[in-house]
Amino acid sequence: MSTAVVTVNRGLFRGLNLRQKTLLIIGSTSLLLLGIVVSSVFLGGEPLQTNFGSKNLAPSLEHPFGTDWMGRDMFVRTLEGLGLSILVGGLASTISTVLTVILGLLSSAGKTADSFVSWLVDLFLSIPHLLLIILISIGLGGGATGVIIAVALTHWPSLTRVVRAEIKQLKTQEYIHISRNLGKSKWWIASKHILPHLVPQILLGTILMFPHAILHEASVTFLGFGLSPHEPAIGIILSESMRYLSAGYWWLAFFPGLSLLIVVLAFDMIGENLGKLMNPKNAHE
Amino acid sequence: MHLKGENVSFGYKRNNLILKDVNISLGSGEVLGLIGDSGSGKSTLCKILAGYENKYQGKVTLDEKEIPPKGYNPVQLVFQHPEKAVNPKWRMNDILNEGHFVSQDILEAFGIKNNWLNRWPNELSGGELQRFALARALSPKTRFLIADEITTMVDSITQAQIWNIVLDIVEELNIGVLVVSHDRNLINRLCNDTVYLKDINNT
Repeated sequence: MSTAVVTVNRGLFRGLNLRQKTLLIIGSTSLLLLGIVVSSVFLGGEPLQTNFGSKNLAPSLEHPFGTDWMGRDMFVRTLEGLGLSILVGGLASTISTVLTVILGLLSSAGKTADSFVSWLVDLFLSIPHLLLIILISIGLGGGATGVIIAVALTHWPSLTRVVRAEIKQLKTQEYIHISRNLGKSKWWIASKHILPHLVPQILLGTILMFPHAILHEASVTFLGFGLSPHEPAIGIILSESMRYLSAGYWWLAFFPGLSLLIVVLAFDMIGENLGKLMNPKNAHE
Repeated sequence: MHLKGENVSFGYKRNNLILKDVNISLGSGEVLGLIGDSGSGKSTLCKILAGYENKYQGKVTLDEKEIPPKGYNPVQLVFQHPEKAVNPKWRMNDILNEGHFVSQDILEAFGIKNNWLNRWPNELSGGELQRFALARALSPKTRFLIADEITTMVDSITQAQIWNIVLDIVEELNIGVLVVSHDRNLINRLCNDTVYLKDINNT
């Protein structure tokens, strides 16, 4: 464990131990994401003012992200777009996780059920992801509901595969056999022995699904198959700004794109750091 | 009470049997040694006797009755690798008391310190974990203990310590023990009687 001790006190947060550092990172990134969602909800109340007197302004102190061709403040638009994206992503990845848990449990029920689940996983993984999202979204009539359901229905296969493999591997462990020999029931073993191993996997899987869902939502919307144009989604902001890029209005695409990247990375960071916290191997570092 | 394996045959492939018509019998309070080479099927026989493996032919009986697949199994098996026999996500206290509440006397006999109970399995050594595995298996409801190379991974002093404790407890509870090893000296020291797997295996 000596190597771990060395790495603890290096780098950014000197003086804090790894656990405190991890908690700090998780706390601050969650605060950032929560701030975005909350402020977008509050801003959503009042419609964005169009002000043709101040259209196409470059970034300044008054308009940190600049303004667009209708004089709308890009900072507010980006914030609202991100809030919407996070909500859509959150809803979609929660639904995906529920599907994963159901299918994971189903796969452990028997041989036929297991081959059905793996067949379904293979089927979904063999179709290009974006194509499937577009098909489902169009099939459901587009709009926010269409996108959410489409993203939710396409993100479960990889996590399901992980959960299924984990259950399979756990069932062969000696301590599971011993537990059975000590007179414990199937249900008891599933909830006390197997579930504690799955919870971190599922929780992490959900959080790491978030950025995927957000990016897919944004790209489907960017391609014009997702949210309707009057909604301030990041994908719409980006696709609209493409028309103005050649005119030199770089800030229209740059700041929303950068914010999207930051949000995605923030989720990734939360996921990774939670993973560190939940592993008992480094619980005492 | 008698634990009996009658005409036990087992193979992973149809034409390649590892065990063929093996007969073995163990009485209460008896300490029987089983010696065999690596890969001769010692561990497989242990698993069959303790009900871990059920795709075998033949009969395993406890006093002429089959062992029920549910409920506490009076035949407990302890493995060679204790680190695999504990759930890494559980604290030692929960692991120890999974089958029955282990009394303070047994903890003291095994030299299990109370402050170990709060730790995770990866914070204890193999020898320490094996003491937990044995304490867990030696409940008042256990009638037979199958010890599959349980002290192979510890040094000879710890080996002697662990076996002394186990033999004391076993005598007190009148438990029958099958000592599996390829260490002849150990078996000669511990057991009333010795069986060579190659003598009872008809492959």
